[in-house]
Amino acid sequence: MDATHRTAAPDADAVAKEVLRFLETKTKRSWEPEQDLFASGGLSSLFAMELVVHLEKSFGVAIRGADLRLDNFRTVQAMTALVLRLTDAATGSGGE
Amino acid sequence: MTTGAHRLAVLGAGVMGVGITALALAQGLPVLLIDIDGAQLDRARRRIDDELRMAQLMGRIPAERILGELATATSPEGVAEATAVIEAITENTELKAKALADVSARVAPGTPLITNTSSIPVDELAEFVDRPAELVGTHFMNPPYLIRTVEVIRGTGTGEETMTRIGSLLTVLDRQPVVVRDAPGFVTSRVLHPMINDAVRVVQEGTAGVEAVDALMEGCLGHPTGPLRTADLIGIDNLADSLQVLYERTGDEGCRPCELLLEKVRRGELGRKTGRGFYDYQEEN
Repeated sequence: MDATHRTAAPDADAVAKEVLRFLETKTKRSWEPEQDLFASGGLSSLFAMELVVHLEKSFGVAIRGADLRLDNFRTVQAMTALVLRLTDAATGSGGE
Repeated sequence: MTTGAHRLAVLGAGVMGVGITALALAQGLPVLLIDIDGAQLDRARRRIDDELRMAQLMGRIPAERILGELATATSPEGVAEATAVIEAITENTELKAKALADVSARVAPGTPLITNTSSIPVDELAEFVDRPAELVGTHFMNPPYLIRTVEVIRGTGTGEETMTRIGSLLTVLDRQPVVVRDAPGFVTSRVLHPMINDAVRVVQEGTAGVEAVDALMEGCLGHPTGPLRTADLIGIDNLADSLQVLYERTGDEGCRPCELLLEKVRRGELGRKTGRGFYDYQEEN
């Protein structure tokens, strides 16, 4: 990845920060980046779809097909990795 | 996987019509979705797409599955081709009776007519169809593709052949039926709806806030989502209609829709489907 792409695509910290902010606003509690959101005592799996829609809107990505699985939304870290991979693919530096 | 030759027609593109359609498409069945309101059908197509994505997200659609084909129509003529018709229109006896009478006159004899009612007794609706033996009730929970158990209501006049056919349809849909006798609200609505009404009343009386009520019902009593979040998922207008049906038929004061519930309906705060109910579902940015 070259410097141009690094400035065009969002960086991991910015993505993670935005996802944490969204989670905290929606759930009125704080979360750790590695915390399993859907573990016992956590969020309803129905909330996962809100996360999908929010990521698509905030980062201009389309989450489809094999990417639509709960494990990709289980932690803030996993969501960050997904967004980076999809924006990377969209800007062409992913080799597509 | 074989789906036999099932071709489903669904009447009503509201919350449950959309959910049942998504379930059937996810299981590979073709569906004709009918609603008198064309704009509602356009919204339904988007919602069905969202529900299918949600079903995929939850791992309910195998990778190799070929989804069923969706057709929509504003007139009911196409029901003649269906192997089963599911009616999921507004929870109102007159409207349901009219729709079922119309469909009954159009389908081939032997086609099961399935009313997806929350609380109106099947026997009341049976009076309006051409062949009462073909009418049976189901009560799918929302979202249908996530909740496998389906309450099946056998009316007094429901025929054996109809019970066999709905059993086969639910097997193809990978659902688990539990058959009960006909009565206002059957089992699930008769037990759940007055409970939700009480939860709303507790909030109305100021005993606790919405979040506290759900947190207690979840944390102490093991309710999966909390009664008020469930109300938002059902649709508060539908819940009030269902409670009214129960109240009129049982005389149980606990079923009389409480003031806060009716106020939500007047304000158009109907739950998830309108973006706001007891909780807020709108994007905050």
